[in-house]
Parts: sequence; structure tokens; C-alpha cells
Amino acid sequence: MKFETPEGANPIDRMNVVGRAHVRIDGPLKTTGTAPYAYEHHREIANAAYGYVVGAAIGKGRISAIDLTKAKAAPGVVAIVTADTAGKLGKGNFNTVKLLGGPDIDHYHQAIAIVVAETFEQARAAAALIRVDYARAEGRFDLDEALKTAALTGGDSDDGKPAVDRVGQFDQAFAAAPVKLDAHYSTPDQSHAMMEPFASIASWRGDELTVWTSNQMIDWGRGDLAKTLGMPKNKVRLVSPYIGGGFGGKLFLRSDAVLAALGARAAGRPVKLALQRPLIANNTTHRPATRQHIRIGATKDGIITAIAHDSGSGDQPGGGPETAVNQTKKLYAGANRMTSMHLAEIDLPEGNAMRAPGEAPGLMALEIAMDEMAEKLGMDPIAFRIKNDTQVDPEKPGRKYSERQLVRCLEDGAKRFGWSQRNAKPAQVRGGRWLIGMGVATAFRDHMNMTSAARVRLGKGGIVTVETDMTDIGTGSYTIIAQTAAEMMGVPVNAVVVKLGDSDFPVSAGSGGQFGAANATAGVYAACVKLREAVAQRLGFNSADTMFEGGKVRSGNRSADLAQAADAGELVAEDKIEYGKLDKTYQLSTFGAHFVEVGVDAYTGVIRVRRMLAVCAAGRILNPQTARSQVIGAMTMGVGGALMEELTVDTRFGFFVNHDLVGYEVPVHADIPHQEVVFLDEADDKANPMKAKGIGELGLCGVGAAVANAVYNATGVRIRDYPITLDKHLEHLPALV
Amino acid sequence: MLAGGAATAVVATSHASARTGDRPAADPAPVKVSFKVNGERHDLTLDTRTTLLDALREHLHLTGTKKGCDHGQCGACTVLVDGVRINSCLSLAVMHEGDDVTTIEGLGTPEKLHPLQAAFVKHDGYQCGYCTPGQICSAVGVLDEIKRGVPSHVQADIAVSPAFSNLELRERMSGNICRCGAYSNIAEAIAEVAGEKA
Repeated sequence: MKFETPEGANPIDRMNVVGRAHVRIDGPLKTTGTAPYAYEHHREIANAAYGYVVGAAIGKGRISAIDLTKAKAAPGVVAIVTADTAGKLGKGNFNTVKLLGGPDIDHYHQAIAIVVAETFEQARAAAALIRVDYARAEGRFDLDEALKTAALTGGDSDDGKPAVDRVGQFDQAFAAAPVKLDAHYSTPDQSHAMMEPFASIASWRGDELTVWTSNQMIDWGRGDLAKTLGMPKNKVRLVSPYIGGGFGGKLFLRSDAVLAALGARAAGRPVKLALQRPLIANNTTHRPATRQHIRIGATKDGIITAIAHDSGSGDQPGGGPETAVNQTKKLYAGANRMTSMHLAEIDLPEGNAMRAPGEAPGLMALEIAMDEMAEKLGMDPIAFRIKNDTQVDPEKPGRKYSERQLVRCLEDGAKRFGWSQRNAKPAQVRGGRWLIGMGVATAFRDHMNMTSAARVRLGKGGIVTVETDMTDIGTGSYTIIAQTAAEMMGVPVNAVVVKLGDSDFPVSAGSGGQFGAANATAGVYAACVKLREAVAQRLGFNSADTMFEGGKVRSGNRSADLAQAADAGELVAEDKIEYGKLDKTYQLSTFGAHFVEVGVDAYTGVIRVRRMLAVCAAGRILNPQTARSQVIGAMTMGVGGALMEELTVDTRFGFFVNHDLVGYEVPVHADIPHQEVVFLDEADDKANPMKAKGIGELGLCGVGAAVANAVYNATGVRIRDYPITLDKHLEHLPALV
Repeated sequence: MLAGGAATAVVATSHASARTGDRPAADPAPVKVSFKVNGERHDLTLDTRTTLLDALREHLHLTGTKKGCDHGQCGACTVLVDGVRINSCLSLAVMHEGDDVTTIEGLGTPEKLHPLQAAFVKHDGYQCGYCTPGQICSAVGVLDEIKRGVPSHVQADIAVSPAFSNLELRERMSGNICRCGAYSNIAEAIAEVAGEKA
């Protein structure tokens, strides 16, 4: 099914099932510990040996010698694989750095060996007996130093044009603006820190490989594993029914799958391994740090006339920038605009996508800048944002937003949150020992179209089975796919079986970039349209006016049980959603407003988040319960980004120092108050037949700045360097009397 | 922070390059241990290095108890031992002779959920589900600790019996990380079972 024109009325619009809160259909399995994650497929694989990964102990250089003698002789050891014995390996399309290092080492904790043994304890003990001599090389580990000579990147540079996006004359307009902001912001490296480690079980049968793994994008992972191992893609099967969090970290093939496959081949039997937690931060990818420069010029009454945003970040050779300026291109009006990015080559571990890549750190800076500018103008920060709202893409004014309810998000949220109680002058509100402040920020993130396929079966008893390689990383895919099929086929949710995360199934959008829910359900919609036709045909009904409702199929005055259509054998339909150019004609985006109240201890500087509200407009909300959880989860991650999360770089040895879940602090129960989420009514007929868009990354966009602005409103101390830890503002807090 | 980092790097490098080669390469002698898991007695012969977590997951195939970090940092491996919650990754299996271990599988089944399991489903107190068994086992322990008068960091007066409150709950549950960020929903789920408002 090709989606080329705005959608008219369709069966989803009934919203008997879609659009209603429904508990997760996988909930009883998850809450009883019976949902099998990657390392837990002992029913399928009974005799797996255990793998243990050795990570490089230098940030850059070479292995000059590696002695496996003692490790090989250790009890229980079955095999050891290093770059010397792995055979020729390729590199995946989505990987910047090779996943098995040696003799050259590209970054700290790059995998250099897998030890396979009968037990986990034996594999771990043997791994400690491997003796490695390194020749350490000079590495580039200091981002600020590297950015001094970094080149421009991105923008239109692929077309041979300068890598700077310009509209109008920024320099002149900024110089002429009566009110100006010129400020620098920084965000640190961050770790996904998902709860389930990267884990895989690999099993060979002849030249065919099956890997149970934890991966958001089955087809990407399958292709890259085949490419890395130099084998045909159709000989690789990836299975990933449950994924213990990913946040972008599991978008790509990682060392666990490659090493399990290599270990299993060397051992001649299945191998299971989980990356040890202390390896994860340096072995896998992270969100790169940014250094951002924002300039805004406005008239005295608050109309933005000039806006510029530059972001610098670093990555391994061949890597890409953290695209922190992208939101600035489209979020607010302004006739004169300039955005650019600098990319430094550095030797820290590979940077890559983490939830709302680019958008999250970009808005952490831009939305502080907007708050600062509002203060300079003497305007309320909500009024300033509303004044500069745009209903068209400011870079291409001929392109309208398909839907843009940002103003309503801000106004509705202000009312609900009690924004009128905020004192615009900072450091004025006290409650006992607490300085109290409120902050706001815009949430803005594009919706992306992705081709997505599914297969739908109508079986005995009218049971509908959906098969797609879509994944559920906690996003609620199982449930919304069941709701979609139930709505389309006119059956209750419990008459739908959903099978996900298997490369034997049709290729879906996968989970990433908040494109999963809308595109994967649209793919299921397309397959269901075909199944409905097959049902009508089998029953001898006219497919044009056939209704599916309450387990019945009706056409004119004829009616039959849906189940009857499968009496003569199962019906199977497969289709995919593909897209035309509507997303070029219109800008498809999602919007929201975040409101935060904090208390800052006047004596210690400790920051506590007291209240949080998000108002979102993101197309049709397929399941308000699971969508709300996506947003509160993102708000929680946003609090982490604002107040605590930072991979600390050792610029001498070249590694992230705090590489575990104690050193890398993420929010815990005590950090998070009750959270409110409101979804505005919206059905975006230009997005897809579901009229839905993404929500999972929108929830993170702007949260950090809303927290930062609330802290400023509480204290009067502006911190532009995330995370806002108390050491940064303690000595500047208002004097105690 | 930085000084510690440098030390870590130096140790890591020298550790890998020279100092560990002389360690004896024999396995420790296996040890017999018996304990009950979810009411059923198990007689195991284990490598003494096996954690209670790995005994449950790898030897008894009770994989409901999760390994998130293996270092006592995340709480995903929380189980109840003689009614008290512990991080099973920080406890060697052979230390549990005669103990009574309850795991997530022992609380309820998909067909017959424990009230906390049902409340987590109802309030969407999870997303990816990986920390969930630990959160639920921890919550069972927390409610019992409050009942038994075990004090916490947020009590104004530790001599007074604690009462269930949102603050108490959040403090006591803070050893269980949920990276999906379902805390607000988890608090509502636990409060409902405790008969309180989150």
C-alpha cells in the first residue's frame, strides 16, 4: 500500500480499540518474569557454553603481544577467539568502528577477545589469565582541544555547498537587532544505560546462523552481522522477542552478537554471552558531548529577527556529528537564520544515536537561550515563544506543517500547571529552606516515514495472528499492533496474537527515531486491508462495502462470522506501507510543552524536582496508557540529563571513567515526583493511515531545559553547562540571612 | 573524580599486561548446597564462585530474576531470602544453605498474578520489563519493612515507626533502577496495593 494523498475516513477512525487505553498484552509475562530476554532462551538452546568478553585496556594504540597460554589451559575453557583467529571480518554498514579490535585498538574497552568455557565462572576466570602487552599511542581525547581545528560538517555539504545553512542575512540582522543574546552551552557525553545488557546466544547449524539477541532493528542487525561475518544475509536469523531497553544503543549490531557467533563457531556449539556491565559505556555507543553557540536577535517587542546555532561534537574517524542544530532550523520564526556544525575526529568510543539524537542536546541549549532572551525582553517565556510561532517551515516558507499545535500545548499547559503563580523575577519564592522555581520549554521533534511490512493470518476460531520483525523495546508495540489488527478485523484484542522480533517475519520500520509505532501499525493496517479483501472474497461478499465488527463480517444485508472465513483453511495476507512525497509537501512534526517546578535547598544547593507536566500534540495517540508511559519515561530521562547524567572523560588515558551504574548516575525513584501528561486531540491525515506520529522522543525534547529554567527561576544562577550539579551553583546561591 | 579515574586506568592497564599471569588455574572444589526456591527444595553442587543470581538463572532456569549489572548497582536481581529482599548478584549461592528463597516466579503466574504484579500491569508500572521482577520483589520487601518498623533515611525520627508515604516509598525503592522511567506509575501501583495514595 502506497500512502500518497491525505487519508480519508478509514476503519481505524471508529476508534473502538485504537486510541483507547489498553494494558500491555505482554504485561502478565513481564511481571511474572516469564517473558524471555536475549540471554534466557534455554528452552531453544540447552547446551550453550558461556562467553566472556575482554575489552582493550588502552584508549588508542596496538596490541604488541597477546598470550593466551594460561587462559587456554584454564579449567573448562572451550575456545578463545581474538582478531588473530577470527578470520577475515567485515564492518557493518551502521558501525563506525570495527567490533573486534586488534592488533590496532580504536578505543578503550573495544572487544579484543571472547573466552568460551563450560561455565560463566570458568570463562570469567580464564579471561583474567589472558596477558596483553599494549603499545599505547597518542590519542585525541579532549573534545574542546579537538574542536579548535575541527571542520564544518553536515548541512548541505553533501551537495558540495558550504556546510552552513543560511536564510537571509544573519550577520547584518543580528548586528542591527536591538535586543541580543550571544551565549555558549555544553552538554556532556551520555550513556543509554538500558537495564538489560547487550546479550546474544549464537547457534550454528551448518552454514546457517541463528542469534537470539537484544536489538531494536532486526533487519539492520541481520544485514550487518552477515556483512561482518562475510556470509549471505539469508543464512542469518535474528530473534529478539523481548528487549530490555535500548534507547538507541541497540539500533545497531554490537560486539555481543559478533563475538557470540565467532565463539560458537570456534567452540562447535552454541555460545551465550552478555557484555559485562562495566564494559558497556566504553565498548558500545554513547550520545556525544556538544559545545553549542547560540545567538538570537529580536525587536524590542520580541519578534526574532536573527537566529544562529552552531554545534561542535566529536566522533571516531568516519563517524558523524550530534545534530544539535536541527531543531533551530524549524522551531521558531525569524527572517535571518544560520546553522552549522563542527565535527572533530577523536579517539573516544563511537558516538551514535541516543533517544532524540541531536534534538535532546540541541533543545537543552536552545530552550535555555529562549528563556534567557525572554528575560532580556522582559517578556513571559511562554508569550515570547508564542509570538515567534510559525505554521510554515521557516527555511522553506512554502511548506506548511501538517499539524502544529505548539501554541495550544503551551497555553493549555500554563493553565493546568498554574504558570500564572510563577514569579518572573528569579530567586523570589521561598518555602522554608527551599528556593522554588518554575520552568517551561518547548518540545519539538519530527515524525519520520519508514516502509514497514507485516503478515496477518486469520486462523481457526477467528484468531488473527500478526507477524512482523517489529520490536517492542518497552514502547508498547505488542499492544498497539494487537489493537490495530483488532480494530481492522473487528475482533477483541484477546483474539489477536502478535509475534515480533524475528527476521523470518516481514521487515518492519523497527524501533528508533520515534518512527516505530506509527509506521509499524500502518504496515499492519496495510496487511489487514488485504486480509479483509481475502475474507470478503472467501465469503463471496462485495469487498467495497464490507464491515468488520463484533467478530462479524457484514455486506449489505448479508452477515457471517469472521471465523467462518477460515473454515476452509487459514487466510494469509502480507503487505507493507510505503510513502509518496507528502512528507516533502508538508512538514510532519510533533510538538509539546514541558513544565517543571523545582525546589533548591538554599543551604546545600541540592535540587529536587517537585512537579512535572507535559502537554503533547503528536497525531492520533494509539494507546494513551502506553504513550503516556513513553512520555513520563522520557521526562525522567530528561531529569537525568539536566541534573546528573555525564560520562566523565579521562582526557589523558582516553576513556569514560564512570562506566557502571553507580558511577554513571541515572534518576532513581527518589528523584522523580508524580508526573502529568496531557495529549491534545489530533489526527494527522497527512502522516499515514493510522493518522499517528511518534511520541517516544518528543517526550525527551526540551525536558532538560525546562528543568534548567526552573532551577534558574528558583536561584537566579544561570548554568549553561549540563548537568546542573550543585557544585556549579552552590557558591552563587542567594545569600543566607 | 578525575584522580580516581587515572588510578583506574593505570590499574586496568597493568592488570591486563602483567600482574595476573601467575594465578593458579584450578577450579575451586565444588560444594553441595540445599535451599528452597518458591517452596521447592533444590540440592545443588555448585562452583563456590556461583552467585545466588546465577544459580537461579543458569542452574534452575528461573530467569525471571534479571542480571542488569552483576555488581549490586541496579536492583534487577532482587529476590526475597527468608522474606527479606537482597541483591542476589551480591550473594554467593553456597551462603544460602537451608534458606527459603522467593523469586518473581514464586509470587504469581501469568494466569494468577500476585496483587503487586496485577497492579504493575494495571498502572503500566514498567516498559521494557527488565527491571520489573526486581521492582516487584523489592516492593514486597518494602511493604513488609514498613510494617515491621524498619527505619529509613527519610524519617524525621528514626525511633518512630515509619508510615507508608510517597516519600518513604520512593526512598526505599531507590535501589531499583528503571531506565525506562516508569517510577511515577510504579509508585501508584505499589500505593494501590498498600491501600494508600501515591
